[in-house]
Amino acid sequence: MSSRDVVLGRVRRALADVPRDEGPEEAAVPRDYWTSHAERTDAQRLDLLAENLADYRALVHRCTPAQLPARIAELLSARGARSVVAPPGIPADWVPAEVERVADEPSMTPHELDALDSVVTCCAVAIAETGTIVLDAREDQGRRRISLVPDHHICVVRAPEQIVDSVPRALGRLDPARPQTWISGPSATSDIELDRVEGVHGPRTLEVIITSPEP
Amino acid sequence: MSGTYLGMPSFPRAAASSTRDMRLRGNLRHATHTIRAKRAQAVEELGDWAQLRAAGAALKNRTLRHLDHYLEQLETAVTGAGGQVHWARDAEEANRIVADLVRETGESDVVKVKSMATQETGLNEALAKAGISAYETDLAELIVQLGDDLPSHILVPAIHRNRDQIRDIFREKMGSWGRAAPKNLSDDPAELAEAARLHLREKFLNAKVGISGANFMVAETGTLVVVESEGNGRMCLTLPETLISVVGIEKIVPTWQDLEVFLQTLPRSSTAERMNPYTSTWTGTTDEDGPSAFHLVLLDNGRTDTLADTVGRQALRCIRCSACLNVCPVYERAGGHAYGSPYPGPIGAILTPQLRGMQSELDASLPYASSLCGACYEVCPVAIDIPEVLVHLRERVVEGGTATVRGQRTTIKPAKGHAAERAVMRAARWTFEHPRAMRTGQRIASRTRRLTPRRLPLPGPGRAWSDSRDIPRPAPESFRDWWRRTRGSGSAGSGREGGDAR
Repeated sequence: MSSRDVVLGRVRRALADVPRDEGPEEAAVPRDYWTSHAERTDAQRLDLLAENLADYRALVHRCTPAQLPARIAELLSARGARSVVAPPGIPADWVPAEVERVADEPSMTPHELDALDSVVTCCAVAIAETGTIVLDAREDQGRRRISLVPDHHICVVRAPEQIVDSVPRALGRLDPARPQTWISGPSATSDIELDRVEGVHGPRTLEVIITSPEP
Repeated sequence: MSGTYLGMPSFPRAAASSTRDMRLRGNLRHATHTIRAKRAQAVEELGDWAQLRAAGAALKNRTLRHLDHYLEQLETAVTGAGGQVHWARDAEEANRIVADLVRETGESDVVKVKSMATQETGLNEALAKAGISAYETDLAELIVQLGDDLPSHILVPAIHRNRDQIRDIFREKMGSWGRAAPKNLSDDPAELAEAARLHLREKFLNAKVGISGANFMVAETGTLVVVESEGNGRMCLTLPETLISVVGIEKIVPTWQDLEVFLQTLPRSSTAERMNPYTSTWTGTTDEDGPSAFHLVLLDNGRTDTLADTVGRQALRCIRCSACLNVCPVYERAGGHAYGSPYPGPIGAILTPQLRGMQSELDASLPYASSLCGACYEVCPVAIDIPEVLVHLRERVVEGGTATVRGQRTTIKPAKGHAAERAVMRAARWTFEHPRAMRTGQRIASRTRRLTPRRLPLPGPGRAWSDSRDIPRPAPESFRDWWRRTRGSGSAGSGREGGDAR
């Protein structure tokens, strides 16, 4: 007998107390928890996202879509970044001419990626109540690894349409078939005497630029 | 420490020495109190916590009551998304499957993200025997591995180590595992983390095989979820060509939507954060993004035995948040190693003896590693009634009875060393069933109360019990005698007290 049959057989024998005609859906689940913890205007949602991102030590910037290229250029220049990896969906004018733009190619080795200074991506959705940005590997976000290996990540969030209140509302917008990375602040550890240290393996600096028509 | 749980002494003996370790107790007190206070705050932020907790418990109950259905659904979904599913009835089989999969890749080094399931199966030791080096990449797990040590907390496994010890371990051991620590390494946490970053980056960038556990598996979609803080998880899940995930069969949630409950309750209960820094989800394989081969090893290893026990089953709801450790007065003083298992604290006291059976002295002692204060139940985000299960397991230790062991219904004998307890309980039962004898006994006790010793140094098995307990001095008058004396004449039942006592 295969291990699959053994395990499933054990499961069935273990559940002898469950009525045979009970369907999975009949085991009741109360769903009276909230889908969001407050009613907010677009502006309030944006403010809460900015506040919670900053609370987890992400650097938060705000600007209009028109100001975005200049703002990205400023941030890259402030770090002295000479090379930046950007997925194909990132517009050409978001990467300043003096910085080398490296395409997100599957053939790029982890070592090559490690040699780059920064990464610029967009996101799929951002969650105000938790200060989380979610990447789901679309054209403007790229492969999961590019937002991981470089030490400096710039992520652009478009307000108001990409910001939701809560975790339940974010999940409803996401497709589980796509690989996802949920990011709340930079990489962090508290493993040594519970002292929080930013950045062990992921980017040590996370900068989030929230663009909105009303700055 | 030798890096293995085999041959650990019983909880009372292990705790007797660990409670004398002042550094351990100081670290634990600091850690548990800090996280406890922060957790309460994080939970308070959500006005619907009670509803989320009830939903979480109900979702897990639904999963467990129909586990066969969800396992098959999960298998179909994972396979459909390009993954391969393997089934392991015990630790040995899981380790063999993983070792064979690694061998097929031709690699002899693997990187691992912290996984309780593989700790439970002793995977690292099994791989070492097969000539494969497994590198732990979580900072705390790295400290534990380099120090040839064992984890002592679910969430912060190296909490028993101070910064100066960590510096010494890094200085002495890193070089023999890969990139050495800088010569002038100090004990500043940021510098220690930087040394770990450099040491491990070399491993990540060259890794061809990654091994993980998972926090959740979504039956409907075949999606796996890993929550973490450092990014080592993301490294292991996305950079290698082959990913092998070893996951307990109970870690299923029915639908993608159900994650909305657990992704709210898990981070707040464990690290007291609104959300942990990184959550990764993947469904099978994705072209040119992440590993091209994905293997899921579904692990039983005592879980179906636990499932068969209708009282103990609820332990399988556990989402490994560690909130129960941080509020437990026994864990805070004894430390994680005393539990002799990857699962310490209150959840360990009910999970370990169920997963492993209660044949060993250690496992039979674990249901007693508690004061039954109930704090663990209060904080549990999936409402596991840990005290209820503890009492249930104590009964099994003392009385024996039927239980499922490795899928077989068996009658287990009472554990050794409880003969005296059983004798006392039998005597108590006889006394309660014979009210006249009880009344006489109480009167004798009252009249001789001045002769009652404060301590009763029992010989043999009773000694551990009597050593730490004072004997309460009997009351000058029993309740019945008092009732009879003060109200006796007016009460209808007074004349037949013996008959009412039952």
